[in-house]
Amino acid sequence: MSNIIEIRELNKVYRDGTIALDNINLDIQHGEIISLLGPNGAGKTSLISTICGITNPSSGEVFVDGYDIKKDYRKTRKLIGLVPQEISLEPFEKVLDVIRYSRNLFGYSNDDDHIEKILKRLMLWDKKDKRIVELSGGMKRRVIIAKALSHNPKILFLDEPTAGVDVDLRIDMWKLIKKLRSDGVTIILTTHYIEEAEEISDRISIISQGKILLTENKNELIEKMGQKTITFIVETKKNLDSLAKKFDLSITKNNPLTMLNYNYKTTDDTFNEFLSDLNKLDCRVLNIDTKEKSLEEIFLDVVGK
Amino acid sequence: MNFQAIKAIYIFEMSRTIRTLIQSIASPVISTVLYFIVFGSAIGSRMQNISDVSYGSFIVPGLILLTVCLQSISNASFGIYFPKFLGTINELLSAPVSYVEVVIGYVSAAVTKSMVIGLIILITASFLVDLTIEHPIWMIAILFLSCVSFSLLGFIIGIWARSFEQITIVPDLIITPLVFLGGSFYSINLLPEFWQKVTLFNPIVYLISGFRWSFFGNADVSIGYSISAILLFTTICILIIWRIFWTGYRIKS
Ligand SMILES: Nc1ncnc2c1ncn2[C@@H]1O[C@H](COP(=O)(O)OP(=O)(O)OP(=O)(O)O)[C@@H](O)[C@H]1O
Ligand SMILES: [Mg+2]
Repeated sequence: MSNIIEIRELNKVYRDGTIALDNINLDIQHGEIISLLGPNGAGKTSLISTICGITNPSSGEVFVDGYDIKKDYRKTRKLIGLVPQEISLEPFEKVLDVIRYSRNLFGYSNDDDHIEKILKRLMLWDKKDKRIVELSGGMKRRVIIAKALSHNPKILFLDEPTAGVDVDLRIDMWKLIKKLRSDGVTIILTTHYIEEAEEISDRISIISQGKILLTENKNELIEKMGQKTITFIVETKKNLDSLAKKFDLSITKNNPLTMLNYNYKTTDDTFNEFLSDLNKLDCRVLNIDTKEKSLEEIFLDVVGK
Repeated sequence: MNFQAIKAIYIFEMSRTIRTLIQSIASPVISTVLYFIVFGSAIGSRMQNISDVSYGSFIVPGLILLTVCLQSISNASFGIYFPKFLGTINELLSAPVSYVEVVIGYVSAAVTKSMVIGLIILITASFLVDLTIEHPIWMIAILFLSCVSFSLLGFIIGIWARSFEQITIVPDLIITPLVFLGGSFYSINLLPEFWQKVTLFNPIVYLISGFRWSFFGNADVSIGYSISAILLFTTICILIIWRIFWTGYRIKS
């Protein structure tokens, strides 16, 4: 897969001295969904704003489809659709006019068939003649998504698209994002709902204090960082303390039963030994349960460092 | 050139005007008519003619310019300040639109609106006082250039401003006094010699004088000076705007 966005040594220091981006290097691949995760103030929005031309970088370079975002800004921006975190809309304009306006700004003439398709997809078609002030918050969020899609972007930035959106709509939005991906659109998503990132993204990038801490394929990340805890409920008369020490188990006794927690890693090769030791100690296994470490826990581990 | 974008900005701005039609057009017209009634008819009937022109007619060019200059500034400054205030300017910044296109879009909408207001006032005035226009083409040209230069100034103010109050500071504290003192309601030849000299530092004098010349064929300063002054002013505004966008001043963080 080739890169559609290449970010090289990007720095952003705001006028007040805040370092929002600290030497960012990141390649975004053609057609993928990548989630940027990070706590409030990590620099996610700053990164997106810089790529889109809303803020000037302090130093560094960004290439979109091979074009420099400064020198060839017309080419790069035409490829990009942006759904900003903050909803800002002209309050007294009609939905349809606002969306047409976006399309025109990107240099395209009106195409009401295309806009109709987008509005229907976002379940806004019946609201097309309403003024923005007459819409609910979730509807406004859909309007800014429609605006971003009005010029058929090849790359879509979604900065917390599901903040303040109800459960039904969120699931619809995931469907839409997956559909766009299958149409070949590259999607860069920020979210504070980790299960959302887990659900839809191909890759995950964790950013904190302006630095990218890691960028990994989602499944590999969960596998690599993820530990399983395997819980055994056993019945035995023997003392299990030495076993616990050997395999670093946590033990809870509740006569005549004992609960053992075994921390399993994929790189682990002592598990078989543990099982045979368990047998030797005459343990009768009554129940087994496994629990995987979630992306959320991985995230907290990484950011907490 | 992204003509679609220029057109979109222009139409968007004009639709804002049309939505607030009464406020946009009617109020400047009404206030101008009041000026005519008070200064032109009521007081003017007691005033002497100035260089063979009745006082009522004499003040027409000045009144038109007064309104047109202030309207141009407020149209263009609010035009660009609103998107800044609402945050919709980010869409403009992330679109494949050049600064020149943004300026053309906003300024041409402001110019259109003030031209229309200027012409409406002219037509209204022609019902109230005797008017002949000696150089109609120059009249339109000077009116147009005034609209352009003051809309550019308004654009600068809109970008500079951080609050709604700041938008009105410049027109209220600087432009209105300059227009009043620039000979809207009198010929500067009526002033004592010292004040005549001082007045020549007021750029608006050249504007009003040139505009009045296009109506009556005589003026306080020669038409060549007037045109040069307007062009100089326009050029300065363009240079400032160019600089603003170059540095991202008060637009990009
Ligand atoms: N215009 C600005 N001027 C000065 N500092 C800013 C500006 N915008 C953002 N910052 C600062 O830059 C840092 C990164 O902010 P940014 O908005 O990029 O974070 P974020 O990751 O998007 O956070 P969130 O999850 O809350 O949206 C923060 O410390 C913020 O205070
Ligand atoms: Mg953000």
